[in-house]
Amino acid sequence: MASAASERTEIRITGFGGQGVVLAGHIIGHACAINAGMNATMIQSFGPEARGSACSSTLAVSKSEVLYPYIGRPDILVAMSSEGYEKYRDELKDDGTLIYEQDLVQPRVKKGQRSSCVPSTRIAESLGRAIVQNIVMVGFFGAVTGLVPREALSEAVLHSVPPGTEKLNLSAFDRGFEYFEEAVRQSVLEVHRPPLEGVPA
Amino acid sequence: MKADPIGVLTGAHYLDGDFACGEGAMAAGCRFVAGYPITPSTEVVERISRRFPTMGGTFIQMEDELASMAAVVGGSWTGTKSMTVTSGPGFSLMMENIGLAAMMETPCVVVNVQRGGPSTGLPTMVGQADVMQARWGSHGDYEIIAMSPQSPQEAFDLTIEAFNLSEIYRVPVMFLMDEIVGHMTERVVIPPADEIEVVPRALTGKTPEEFEPYQINGKPTPEFARAGDGYRFHTTGLTHDERGYPEMSVECQERCVRRLLEKITDNADRIVRFEEEATDDAEVVVVTYGITARVARLAIDMARRRGVKVGSVRLIVIWPFAEKLIRELAGKVRALVVPEINYGQLVLEVERCAAGKCAVLPVSHGGGSVHDPAVIAEVIVKAAAEAA
Repeated sequence: MASAASERTEIRITGFGGQGVVLAGHIIGHACAINAGMNATMIQSFGPEARGSACSSTLAVSKSEVLYPYIGRPDILVAMSSEGYEKYRDELKDDGTLIYEQDLVQPRVKKGQRSSCVPSTRIAESLGRAIVQNIVMVGFFGAVTGLVPREALSEAVLHSVPPGTEKLNLSAFDRGFEYFEEAVRQSVLEVHRPPLEGVPA
Repeated sequence: MKADPIGVLTGAHYLDGDFACGEGAMAAGCRFVAGYPITPSTEVVERISRRFPTMGGTFIQMEDELASMAAVVGGSWTGTKSMTVTSGPGFSLMMENIGLAAMMETPCVVVNVQRGGPSTGLPTMVGQADVMQARWGSHGDYEIIAMSPQSPQEAFDLTIEAFNLSEIYRVPVMFLMDEIVGHMTERVVIPPADEIEVVPRALTGKTPEEFEPYQINGKPTPEFARAGDGYRFHTTGLTHDERGYPEMSVECQERCVRRLLEKITDNADRIVRFEEEATDDAEVVVVTYGITARVARLAIDMARRRGVKVGSVRLIVIWPFAEKLIRELAGKVRALVVPEINYGQLVLEVERCAAGKCAVLPVSHGGGSVHDPAVIAEVIVKAAAEAA
């Protein structure tokens, strides 16, 4: 994982406005900066028109102080919508990690890039509320990247969601986290391995 | 005195700079905010309007920025710590009443989360081009104080200081944030209330019979009587005497306006704040403020790796300007490099103070993003080479 190799890990989370892209970034940043003793600078980018269309949040996570607030080419791209993925896919580092919504994104990855996917919307719907899709994704992100301890992330979820929704959000988080663990056990990630860029499927 | 715990959200938080500024204001004891929300400053009043009801504060969403600033002046004259929040286009509209606040010696804080300009410019993107406007935007001769934070943590800490300085000097304090600091989210630690020093309004101890609203008795500023406390007084934007009555005379103008200036200029050493790093044996010193200071540190590291002895000065208080510091540095170094997200504003002030004793090099950026650190580094390296 990039976080182990380099001092600074750069993350972009993208989706469409309303999917909770900014909240997902906020939760991961909170987990790193408040619960795990790291520095994490989050920036939400949106144009005047962006609510409803592709929007994104970025995080620079580091053990030392984050000086430059923007990211360059992210180590990790989390794509929750097709439009967001298409907008930002070329940025991902050649050895970066793509994490994506299995049913909404049809990616093409480069040879050195890793990818993992989760049907986060379907999982959220099975919990009764599609709105917690982003929290499923946060859980999945935590398991895939190992960037920050699971407890630090789940605490950040509890801290960030509206009162009364903690239980629902925590199960969404757990389902996302455990989906990856289960997938690794059954090697199903390979089943969903996206085609390589430039190589016909 | 210590902060009122009711306004202090003690703990470690993951906050953006706008929210942190709002928390700083509430911790400082601000209980009246009037504003006309505008990107990228909206989150400041969003935070305040949500939290004010828990502490007896009042937020009014005004009809426009002219009225916002007028309401802030009025709010402050009731003795309530008052603030408005805006960005460039609104800042322009506030200038008339900022002048009124300066002339009436009204303590207040004006937050400007700077975006790219001129006019409506780049609403959601960064700029640092309101630096001169903050100093000179209203007509006539007057002095203000301006501060610029480089992080959400500083947005919290310095907002408290902005209120304190506005109380001590009875002056509008311009809080010059920028879109990145405003919209970036980082760890912000809010200390317990008993560790936060706040300056209360200096209310008069005189009787209504003795009191004159602009009598100073050797202090930098007059004592204050709140509207409604039973003191008969007058205050006005017209040139006024110690009673606050208009007096259209050369003598009164000299007395009244000179004091507005000197209460700041005579105390500049107490007000000015900066961070200095490795300037002792530096060939080149980078002078920065706000978000650009963070990016410049990367440039400084790059230049050091290329063998340049480079130091830095980060201006925390921009106005009054750190004249003494820049004059001293100009006599010691080969060049001062001034990156800022505008086409050259504070660099003019640096040039003025350097007075030809060293090279002064701007690194301008029109706004919408921060500098590429490599561009600043290039200017540093070139400055060292050319001056050698």
